[in-house]
Amino acid sequence: MGVELYLVISTIMLCAGIYGFLMRKNTLAMLISVELILNAADINFAVFNKFLFPNQLEGHFFTLFAIGIVAAETAIAIAIIINVYRNVQSLDVDKIDKMKH
Amino acid sequence: MDISLQNVVFIIVAIFISVFSVLTVTTKKIMRSVTYLLFVLLGTAAIYFLLGYTFLGAVQIMVYAGGVVVLLVFSIFLTKADENLNIGTKIKKVLPILLTVLIGGGLIFFIIFTHNFLPMASTDAIEELSMKTIGFALVGGGKNQYILPFEAIGVLLLACIVGGLLIARKR
Repeated sequence: MGVELYLVISTIMLCAGIYGFLMRKNTLAMLISVELILNAADINFAVFNKFLFPNQLEGHFFTLFAIGIVAAETAIAIAIIINVYRNVQSLDVDKIDKMKH
Repeated sequence: MDISLQNVVFIIVAIFISVFSVLTVTTKKIMRSVTYLLFVLLGTAAIYFLLGYTFLGAVQIMVYAGGVVVLLVFSIFLTKADENLNIGTKIKKVLPILLTVLIGGGLIFFIIFTHNFLPMASTDAIEELSMKTIGFALVGGGKNQYILPFEAIGVLLLACIVGGLLIARKR
């Protein structure tokens, strides 16, 4: 059971995230896809740390700090989405074009 | 490859994560999408536990399952999130997306299986990373110690609280 099998999982997760990000039209659903992408990157850091550099802890701590940053990013993104919803009455990305022209 | 308990658990977790991450982006109801995302995040925590990073798995469950998913569920309840979920089924719109994902994924798989990784550590007996090691590395100021990013994350979270309040307040 090598490093490749773990990387296959994170690749599937990354591709699902990219598919969802391009496919969804709803801002909240796009945010969910971004969570998937970030999670795949986190798995990669932990796995590389464990299998290739087991005596160091860089990947472990990078993942730890990345989880903290993702939490902050999600909170801000949801605040922005709620604020946009209050003004536009919709989460549809096609309808958020007030500043376009 | 001998069938040890760890391999069996790994295969179960791998199938669990793969199925639910695909379901997250293909389901029609956003509430179900968030529930499947929760399952994916718990599966990720299980992978961290398998690797011996129990602290990381606990943080993953606390921050994601306890914080991020609850925030997402709240904002779904507060908005009409279920309308216009997908971009539509027009072949002109869906085909480029599918091509991007399939070609990109195929390329990553090709790189993974043709690349010669460094000699790997033994995976037979993965031992838990002790809390003492993590504590000394997290709040020490020397080489390979991480007090500076730790403090920077603190400032970032403070800025995040203030920013969130500023953005979401009523005018």
